[in-house]
Amino acid sequence: MIGQVFSWLTDSAHWTDTPIDTGIATQLLAHIRFSLIAVGIAAAIALPLGLLIGHTRRATFLVAGANALRSLPSVGLLVLLTVLIAPHFYGRTDIGYVIPTEIVLVLLAVPPILSNTYAGVDNVSPAVTDAAKGMGMTERQILFGVELPCSLPLIFSGLRSATLQVIATATIASFVPLGGLGRFIYDGLQQQDYPQMISGGVLVAALAMAADLLLALIQRSVVSRGLSGRFSRAVVVTSTSERTEVEAG
Amino acid sequence: MIRFESATKQYPDGTLAVDALDLVAPSGQITVLVGPSGCGKTTSLRMINRMIDATSGRILLDDQDVASVDPARLRRGIGYVIQHAGLFPHRTIIDNIASVPLMLGRSKKEARAGAMELLERVGLDPRFAQRYPAQLSGGQQQRVGVARALAADPPVMLMDEPFSAVDPVVREQLQDEFLRLQSDLGKTIVFVTHDIDEAIKLGDQVAVLRVGGRLAQMATPAELLSNPVDDFVANFVGRDRGYRALGFESVTALPLESEPTVSLDSSFTAAEKAAVDGWVLVLDGERRPQGWLAVADGPSATGDTISTATLRRGGTVAERDGTYRAVLDAALSSPTGRGVIVGPDGTFAGTINASRVVALIEARAEAPR
Amino acid sequence: MTSMTSTSSSPWHFFGYFLDHRSQDLSWLWTHAWLSVVPVIIGLLIALPLGWLSRRYGWLYPPMVSITGLLYTIPSIALFVLVPPLLGLSSLNPVQVPIALTVYSVALLVRVVADGLASVPDEVNQAATAIGYGGVRRLFAVELPIAVPVIAAGLRVATVSNVSMVAIAGTIGMSNLGQLFQLGKDLSTPTAYYPPIVLGIVLCVLLALVLDGLIILLTRVLTPWRRAVPSR
Ligand SMILES: Nc1ncnc2c1ncn2[C@@H]1O[C@H](COP(=O)(O)OP(=O)(O)OP(=O)(O)O)[C@@H](O)[C@H]1O
Ligand SMILES: [Mg+2]
Repeated sequence: MIGQVFSWLTDSAHWTDTPIDTGIATQLLAHIRFSLIAVGIAAAIALPLGLLIGHTRRATFLVAGANALRSLPSVGLLVLLTVLIAPHFYGRTDIGYVIPTEIVLVLLAVPPILSNTYAGVDNVSPAVTDAAKGMGMTERQILFGVELPCSLPLIFSGLRSATLQVIATATIASFVPLGGLGRFIYDGLQQQDYPQMISGGVLVAALAMAADLLLALIQRSVVSRGLSGRFSRAVVVTSTSERTEVEAG
Repeated sequence: MIRFESATKQYPDGTLAVDALDLVAPSGQITVLVGPSGCGKTTSLRMINRMIDATSGRILLDDQDVASVDPARLRRGIGYVIQHAGLFPHRTIIDNIASVPLMLGRSKKEARAGAMELLERVGLDPRFAQRYPAQLSGGQQQRVGVARALAADPPVMLMDEPFSAVDPVVREQLQDEFLRLQSDLGKTIVFVTHDIDEAIKLGDQVAVLRVGGRLAQMATPAELLSNPVDDFVANFVGRDRGYRALGFESVTALPLESEPTVSLDSSFTAAEKAAVDGWVLVLDGERRPQGWLAVADGPSATGDTISTATLRRGGTVAERDGTYRAVLDAALSSPTGRGVIVGPDGTFAGTINASRVVALIEARAEAPR
Repeated sequence: MTSMTSTSSSPWHFFGYFLDHRSQDLSWLWTHAWLSVVPVIIGLLIALPLGWLSRRYGWLYPPMVSITGLLYTIPSIALFVLVPPLLGLSSLNPVQVPIALTVYSVALLVRVVADGLASVPDEVNQAATAIGYGGVRRLFAVELPIAVPVIAAGLRVATVSNVSMVAIAGTIGMSNLGQLFQLGKDLSTPTAYYPPIVLGIVLCVLLALVLDGLIILLTRVLTPWRRAVPSR
């Protein structure tokens, strides 16, 4: 079976489009497009909102409310929204399927980004914000110069978990007839073509890992070493007179 | 100069944290606010830089009402140090210190150069410059906090229990360095603590607050110890205040006894001959006291010389015009009961015993003042 | 007659739909429930020793967390279809979904267990050792009870997301509440037919809430000391 999957994936005919079949390259791009749009919209909503709620400590019920969204079954919501929206766009484009899919994916991505951003700002030590205020920083400077950079580790973990869930769930876009890598899974299932179905799964997993790796790299370059703890030299300090230095691993 | 004019703070929940406080913190001096927990010290301090706005009354900074200044601008001109330092974890030590100068629009190069200087000034190795706060001990972080507050060279510093989160040994070190720094810089400092010993050690003047945010007494440390206005202050200052007050009064015309002495290189036989009650004081070549020699301990193993190993060095040494406390301590800590007194240059001047010191103290108390 | 069909396709008719297809819906609900719960329980049983090991031997923690994190990047639907070939089963085997979900639960919970054990204050552990609790006995008597809140938080996430993932398995032919969505989609081809879709969503949300509530309740029972209000 593994051999069959391997040969399905390496068959160059499967990568390019034919008049009847859409190839891997096109579906991969479609999958990336769905996911990028969803994570982009979710971040555009949840990041500023989370920063604001964390900074002002007002309207924290919004965070709890967003978390309650997690119990919605995404397939069910997708089918419901499709049945609701798609008929209005019949014939012309596939926008009637894109909208429901993006709504479901955005709803999926908002809770982790929002709650992590909020938690990130909320976790900044009160002594730090007090000192920032006391040295004459404006609210803006505190938010963008202190709270945001200090919350980046948590913000990134929210962003990464949202991205993983979106890429994984974008496969169900193919359940309502849309493109994306889920196409191979649902088509393979229907045609009892298991190598194709499993290849679809492998491709989604590979895309998810690549996206996570990319985000991890960005995180590494953006987050201050003072927060991530990746110091070039770790120092064990007992007092000013006695210092022991050890090499960090 | 900072002047509180019946400054009052009532929190929205009704708590009257500071009640009509009148207080002056003179320029170039350390004014310590001290009092039991919850008495309104932090609230008073934070009203100065408008972290908290007074509900009534005024606070004047060099004759200008702080309420009339934009808070952010006001704060950039006032150094602020808090208990847990509150260093920015995402910035290196050097950038932490350079924060305010950068905000004030100085160039990065200039701000960093100034920060490097301050780093050494507060007693930190320049190697720390590129480290992050998480790589420093609590005491070191606190020093960086002080350096950061000093970076824009503000004339006024507000300090809220800056040394209370570190262990007693480090605290003492930080206090000594802080006093040294202040003698160079001469800032106007308001310092909050709940530790009366710290208040007495650091303050040029001490304001004792009672719960409810009312001023109980404002006085110099010596005055506070010798003359507490009421039971509350007396209790707060502590039981051994009588003894501690002696630390603020210098002795005059100390009646010293002469004492036979020997030098380090004299023979044991000579020392034995000079001894009174089995003890003789040993001086070095420049007549500075080294310790007491007990004749019973015998000569050194190598021959008829004084054994430095058996010298009793434990006793304290007081200066001739030192405080009553230092003189009394010299007498009490001496193994012979004879306290060693030196001149201003450290050379031996004479001895005095505890009962003579106590007689002096009593005589001073009886004299009309 | 026309009016009757129009009411019965309304979204609010889901309860009537449920009553009409009660036995089928209840059996789907039942499968859905155990598919959501059992993998989490098995996952926890596997994650406990792994988490404990990676806490006990510090060097194990980074690789353990990366490997389980990697597993978590595999989309659920991909894992569903990947399990049979990897285990040499025929495709569309009924155990593929629980196995895949167990893998997820382990992936999520190993880290949670390790972090939960790490949340036990050092001085508590030292005190426990000092009064003679060693190794495994200390784990069960002291560390695990204290780690319960952190572990329970992880269990809640795992269980709630499982409910949604099981529904996805329904769209590739597994028999659970996800079938209601397949059904609703098929019945909506000429004109919209909402009842099964809405019923599916309602039952999934209810199931998630009930399971979540059960875990909260269990946590409270297991950690009576957390209800003690500290006097100030
Ligand atoms: N934001 C607030 N709202 C209501 N009451 C407050 C607030 N902040 C402080 N208080 C109350 O005001 C009083 C004075 O508080 P403050 O923090 O000034 O005390 P403090 O002297 O600094 O005490 P400590 O030594 O414990 O730091 C206390 O009774 C405190 O409970
Ligand atoms: Mg205070």
